[in-house]
Parts: sequence; C-alpha cells; structure tokens
Amino acid sequence: MQKQAIFQSKLLPYLLVAPQLAVVLIFFYWPALQAVVQSFLLQDAFGLSSSFVWFDNYIELFKDPAYFESIIRTFFFSFAIAVSSLSFALLLAVMADKPLRGVMLYRTLLIWPYAVAPPVVGVLWIFMLHPSLGVISRYLRAAGIDWNPLLDGNQAATLIILAAAWKQISYNFLFFLAGLQAIPKSVFEAAAIDGARPMRRFWTVTFPLLSPTIFFLLVVNIVYAFFDTFGIIDTMTRGGPGTSTVTLVYKVYSDGLLGGNLGSSAAQSVILMILVIVLTGIQFRFVERKVTY
Amino acid sequence: MANVTLRNVRKTYLGGFEAIKGVNVDVADGQFCVLVGPSGCGKSTLLRMVAGLETVTGGEIDIGGRVVNQIEPADRDIAMVFQNYALYPHMSVFNNMAYGLRNRGMAEAEVKSRVEEAARVLELSAMLERKPRQLSGGQRQRVAMGRAIVRQPKVFLFDEPLSNLDAKLRIAMRVEIRKLQRRLNTTSIYVTHDQLEAMTLADILVVMNGGQVEQVGNPLAIYEKPATTFVASFIGAPPMNLMSTRADEIKSQLGGSAGEAGILGIRPEDFVITDQTPSGGVAMSLTVEAIERVGAETFVYGAREQEDQRVAATPGELPPGEVIVRIPGTDAPAIGQKIRVAAISSKLHLFSGDGRKRIEA
Amino acid sequence: MVEQEGIRRYVAHIILWIGIAIVAFPVYIAIVASTQDNALIANGQMSLLPGGHFFEVYYQTIFVGTSGSTREPVANMMLNSLIMALLIAVGKIAISIISAYAIVYFRFPLRMPIFWLIFITLMLPVEVRIYPTYKIVADLNMLDSYAGLALPLIASATATLLFRQFFMTVPDELLEASRIDGAGPLRFFWDTLLPLSRTNMAALFVILFILGWNQYLWPLLITTRDDMQTIQVGIRKMITTTDALTEWPIVMATAVLAMLPPVFVVVAMQKLFVRGLVETEK
Repeated sequence: MQKQAIFQSKLLPYLLVAPQLAVVLIFFYWPALQAVVQSFLLQDAFGLSSSFVWFDNYIELFKDPAYFESIIRTFFFSFAIAVSSLSFALLLAVMADKPLRGVMLYRTLLIWPYAVAPPVVGVLWIFMLHPSLGVISRYLRAAGIDWNPLLDGNQAATLIILAAAWKQISYNFLFFLAGLQAIPKSVFEAAAIDGARPMRRFWTVTFPLLSPTIFFLLVVNIVYAFFDTFGIIDTMTRGGPGTSTVTLVYKVYSDGLLGGNLGSSAAQSVILMILVIVLTGIQFRFVERKVTY
Repeated sequence: MANVTLRNVRKTYLGGFEAIKGVNVDVADGQFCVLVGPSGCGKSTLLRMVAGLETVTGGEIDIGGRVVNQIEPADRDIAMVFQNYALYPHMSVFNNMAYGLRNRGMAEAEVKSRVEEAARVLELSAMLERKPRQLSGGQRQRVAMGRAIVRQPKVFLFDEPLSNLDAKLRIAMRVEIRKLQRRLNTTSIYVTHDQLEAMTLADILVVMNGGQVEQVGNPLAIYEKPATTFVASFIGAPPMNLMSTRADEIKSQLGGSAGEAGILGIRPEDFVITDQTPSGGVAMSLTVEAIERVGAETFVYGAREQEDQRVAATPGELPPGEVIVRIPGTDAPAIGQKIRVAAISSKLHLFSGDGRKRIEA
Repeated sequence: MVEQEGIRRYVAHIILWIGIAIVAFPVYIAIVASTQDNALIANGQMSLLPGGHFFEVYYQTIFVGTSGSTREPVANMMLNSLIMALLIAVGKIAISIISAYAIVYFRFPLRMPIFWLIFITLMLPVEVRIYPTYKIVADLNMLDSYAGLALPLIASATATLLFRQFFMTVPDELLEASRIDGAGPLRFFWDTLLPLSRTNMAALFVILFILGWNQYLWPLLITTRDDMQTIQVGIRKMITTTDALTEWPIVMATAVLAMLPPVFVVVAMQKLFVRGLVETEK
C-alpha cells in the first residue's frame, strides 16, 4: 500500500528518519548483533582473548540440565498462566457483555490492574501469601496445608502462576469484551430462537466466533509470561527455592549477574530471540487470517 | 399453523420510557401481517416481543391459543429472519440451516432431507458447503430464509429482512417472500419502514406511530380511508396533501358538524387540472414552482394563492402552502404558470383538527 | 428467556463482583498494611481493617524511606520513574511520528529497507538483548543517567507502525489541498497532520507512560546509584534484607504509591487507554 500524493525532497526524509534509525541501530541492532557474534565465541578465563567455537556454546547449554529444565519450566508457566487467566477473564467478559446495569462501572473496576507493575504484583502477592505473616497463609495453615512457598518449589511456582495470571486478567478481559461486542447481538438471538440453550449457545456460537481473539490472546499471554514475569519472580522468589522458579529470562539475568560465561549468556539471548520471533511470526500469520474472517 | 393475538401489549423500559403503549392486533392463521411505521415507532420492539427477545411488561401475547409471555424464544415455535441476517459466520450454509434442527435433537437423516429441500426451493443447493462470507447479499438473505423455513415453525417473523439489499434485488425478494409464504401458508409478521413493501406484502397492515397502533386493516382499505392524518401522510407516495380547513367549508362541502375546524386531505393523484369547480368538491389556484417528470407520470409542485388561508397541517411533509399534484404522462404546465386544480367530493378526506380522527361525510 | 433471564442476570452480577473482589483484594491488603504497625504485621497478626498509622507511614515513605542505611525517600524514586516514563513516552512518539511521516509521504532510495529495519524491532523486547545493550550503554557512559534509562526502551517500532497506519487513512486530498494552498512538507506536517494525530498521540502516550513507569529489569541493571533508582527497583530493594527486618508498612505504602500514577491514568483516561491498548496490539 502506497500513498499517491507525496512530497518531493531529497534530504528531508533522511533527516526525519535519522533519529529513530540512530536509536534503533545503536540500541537494538548493535547489541543484537553483539549477542549473535558472542554466542559463537569462547573467552579465556581472563577475558583477554576469544576464539571462534561454532555452536559449542549452544551445545553446552542444551547439555546443561538446568537450562533444559528452565525451558520446560518457562513453557509450563506460560501455559498455566495463559490458560488460567484466559478462562477467568473470558467468564468475566461473557458476564459483562450482558445488558446489565452498571456495566461501565464493572469494566472500570476490572481493567485497572493492567497498570500494576510486575514487581509490585510480586510484592502484593508475596505479602498475602508469605509463610509467616501472609493474611491468606493463616487460613491455609488453618486448613491443614503446610504452606511455605519460600521452601517448597511447587508452592513457589503456584504462587508465581497465580500472581502473573492475576495481573493478566484485566488485559484479557478487555480484549475478550471487545471481541464479544464485535459479534452482532442478533447472532446470539438467532441461536436462542434456534433452540440452543445458554451453555450450548456458548460452545457452538460464542466460543467459535471468539476463537481469533482467544488465539491472539494465547500468543500475547505466552510472550507476556516469558518476559513480564521477571519482575514478579524477582520480587517474590528470586528464582528460588533452589532453581524451581528460574525461567529463561531469569536465567539470562542471573547468569549474567554472576559474570560468568559471556558466550553462554549470549547464546541464551539468541535462543530467546528465536523463540520470540517464532511466536510473533505465528501471531502475524494469524492476524492475516483474522482480517479475512 | 397458528393465529397470533396481541392483547393490550405494553413495553416500558427500566428508565421509564414507554416503547409500546398498549397494542391490540389479531393475525389469523396463515395471514401475512405487516407492521409499518417510521423508525422509532416500536414496530421492531413489538416483533422482538413476539419472538421472546424482549420481555413483555404488560398485556398478553398469544400464539396458537397459548400465552407465551413467559416462554423462551426456543419454545415458542417461531422462526425469525433478521435485518442483518444473523447467519453464523463460522458455519457452512448447510450447518446454518441445520443448527436449529439439531438443537432440537432431530435425526440427522431428517435434518439432511429438510435442509436439502429448503435449499432446492431457495436455489441454494450449489452453495451448501460455503461459508456466509462467500455469499452475495441476496444469497445470504436466502440462507436466512432457509434457516427459518426448515424449522417449519408456527410463525415466521421478519425484521426488515430486505433493507440491506439494493433496490432491484429488494423488489425481486419481496415477490419471492410473498410467493413462499402463500405456498407454505404460515402465519407471518413482517416489520418494515417501507410503505410500498408494506402495501404489496400485507394481508393485514398495522400502521404504527409512537408506540401505538394508528390503524389496522386491509392495505387498500387503509389507503382509501386512512384513519388519521399520520396514516394519510405515511401511506402513499408522494404523501397526501393536508391543509387546515375552515369550519364553514367543512359544513358546506362535506356536511361536517358546524363550528368544527378540521384538516382536509387530498391525494396528489386525485387532483385534476380544470377551471371548473365540481359540486361538493374543492378547487384551488396554484403557481407552479417545480416539476418532476418520472416518465409515466409527472408531479407538479405548486404554491397556493395568497388569499387562500389554508396551510398544510403537517409541516414536515409539505412546506406550508405547497400542494403536490400528480398528472399522468409528461404533458405538464410550465414553471411560474398559474393553474387551477380541483378534486371531486368522493376523493376528499376530512380529519378532526388534531388529525387523530377521520370524519366521514 | 423472560423469567430465567432475571436469575441469570443476578448470577452475572454476582460473578462480576467476585471478579472485582479477586482483582481488588491484594491491593486492599496492601492499603491496609500500609496503615499498620510493623511489629503486628511481622508477628502475622495483621488486621484486615485499616490501622491508624496512615500519616506517619506515608510521611516516612515519601520523605525519608526505610530505616536502613542505604535508604532513599520514595518521592525521589517517583521523580526518577516519572522522568523515565515521560522520556520514553515523549521520545518514542516524537521520533516515531517523524519517521512514519517520512516513510508514508516521501519516496526516497532505501525507503523500504529503512522501514523494515524499524519494523523488525517490533519483535524483540529489551529483555532478550539485555547484557549486550548494557555493555553499549556502559561504553557510552550512560549508566545511572536518564538517557541510559530511556533510550534503549525507545528503540521499538510499535509507535512508528501505528502512525504509519493512521497516515495511510488520511485522505490524499488533504495533502493536495494544502499544496494548492502553498504549504510545503513541514508546514503540512505541522498544520495538518499533527492536529489530526492528536487523539492517536494521546492514546499512545497513555500506554507508553504506563509501560515506561512499570519498567523493571532494565532500570534494575543500569542504575547503581541509589538516587537514580526508579520506584519499581526501589521497592524490590526494600525487601532484600532478611524477612524480619523488612518494614512491611513502608513496602506496602511504596507499592501503593507505585500503583497510583498508572492506575490513575487508566481510570481517568479510560477511553484513550483502551484505544491505545487495542491499537498498539494490532
């Protein structure tokens, strides 16, 4: 797609794109390139010289069970967060799509958590579910659950999934509501006249018609879980106990903090990049499909 | 097969807005009833109440001898064709039509035979596997019809089903719908704002305005004897000329009760250009202001003479003092010319001063 | 439908209120905790009703900070966050709108390659190239500076794409008309295109401000001086000490203060927010 009416100028367009191009080249392409180059290099112990080692860094990474575990863990977290948050948000959106009084108020009261930063989410949830002083932990212990996410890896993972899903409810709710409102009401009415009961109506009409939105949100939520959970994990568990809440991004960060192997750290970055590119690619393909729907 | 009876049906919304102010209509079995009126008159709301999509806040809706006020739309044994068709975009044409049958647990063989029969009647057989987005507007409209007829319901409900089609297709589909309804002989209620559609389709016409029924009856009877000035100006195009008339005129010309001012109505086609004044009729002088030739007929827009005190009763329809005259053919007076027109007494319509009541001579 | 619809409506109201309660509960607890005595909280005796220490806790949080040795008043952290968020939002909008203008309204060699160079950045958030970026910022002497905080986060294409998309919908006749009126490219941009883009810019600003305010990993890495901390980084540092020493009322007050600006923006500018969110995700 191109504009027919345009201006003629030799220099001006370059001046106009220059600032963005400079920022993008310096802060995006140069570091990305550095990461790719470094992922093929091996530095000596003193960081004085480095040699080209092909895919050794990558091979080392995949031989490392800790890295492999963190891949599995990241995907598990992503799906758990996406599925729990999406289903709850869908329930709320379907309810809020009904012609109820005060629907605008409900919407406002449900969307604001979008604005809460991940580290704050982490602080809020660890405080509620802190083993010794959390207000909810009291009831969990009273119910006979030995609740200590600071010691129990599974509980820590649960806590992170809960907190991350909580933050994502408002985002998903908003998009579901928009998706529902884009479906003409008469389609639901036609289904009602066609004898479909509410539950059947949901599964045979609402759900299929929402499937583009669901798919879109699934991808967005997975990407969110990849990156934005960092703040939640870092304030709640610091990856612990042990490594039970170390995700890919957290591992890049913590390995880098230790200063260790630059090549390995770069290889991790490159793998993350590839994962995100694949996910975004899937999303773009789907966006095209949505247009023709 | 069923009759539909509305008894003093009312609809008041939560905010207190009264959309339907007590409607009584009786549609006999197999009849085609058309609800017509300007937008916002409540006709669609009324139809949706019959369908069960809107709650009834007063009165009774009776389908086939059963009061359905509290019955789910699915259990009213009705089918509805929506203005935007409301096809299920993710289902094929076949599944769109089969959905309502399957929901009722019909055997798949029976579903198939019914859908195929409907598709044959509507000439959709070649497109059963297509999705709605692959169809033209007219084809979608037919799928919506098909979805209604496969169910073989007691009552068809149509909510402005032709308004999304272009003019030519609209006329073709209008004829199709009428033929189909005659053949199936299913009681139908049809909502439209198009008076021509209403006139041509209806066995029984219900003219609505402001949540109330203005007149119910046979379309031609309504055309010939509109009960109110609203009906007079809404049914028929161009609209009836309406002008206030003095009490003495009513008395002398139409024999109305003395001392009563009223509104006189004359349809454009009932005027004749003549210098004579028919006995008991009305004559007036006009200055021709505009001419519209449409081929078979010509419309003359004229301004009444200054000394003529009568002004149009419904300013929205006719500019004050303007009269439309229809003459056959294309032979019309020139603009600026003075002409004299007259109508005979049997073509005059007289209404009470508020326009709410027809006064018979 | 008629009768059951009433019952279903009640169910819908109830479910929505449960949703709101779930969404609001953690924040309620935070507000309550920020008004209570630390000793009580540390013992696990926290009340579920607000306490009486509101003013002293918030006063200390905003103007003093924690009792630790490396304390920093939260007011200063908020100022840092504000500057960073504004720089990101304004900077990104400014450089994006002019480059989108060049790409849509001019034909020049390398136009498409440049467009693709910018477009590709859409895919990769800063997290995936965090250490190489850190190194560059360090080499450029921008650690502990506002420029270092903001610039790498400006390097993304979302806003450029959004403006490009919007410019494509602006009718050609507008440009032709203003050219007939004697306007050059800069005049047309300033007098016609910018005013038309106001709503888009506002919607984008709302989203970018929230995203900027909520940045965490990047500020965490590149700020070493306490007086350059953003509030998101500061709050984490408050709970790094052993649990017993964490001053929970102050942590919670900081959490509340950290939420206030973005939540206020979402609620007060809901329309723009929703619009910005939907459009940047397209």
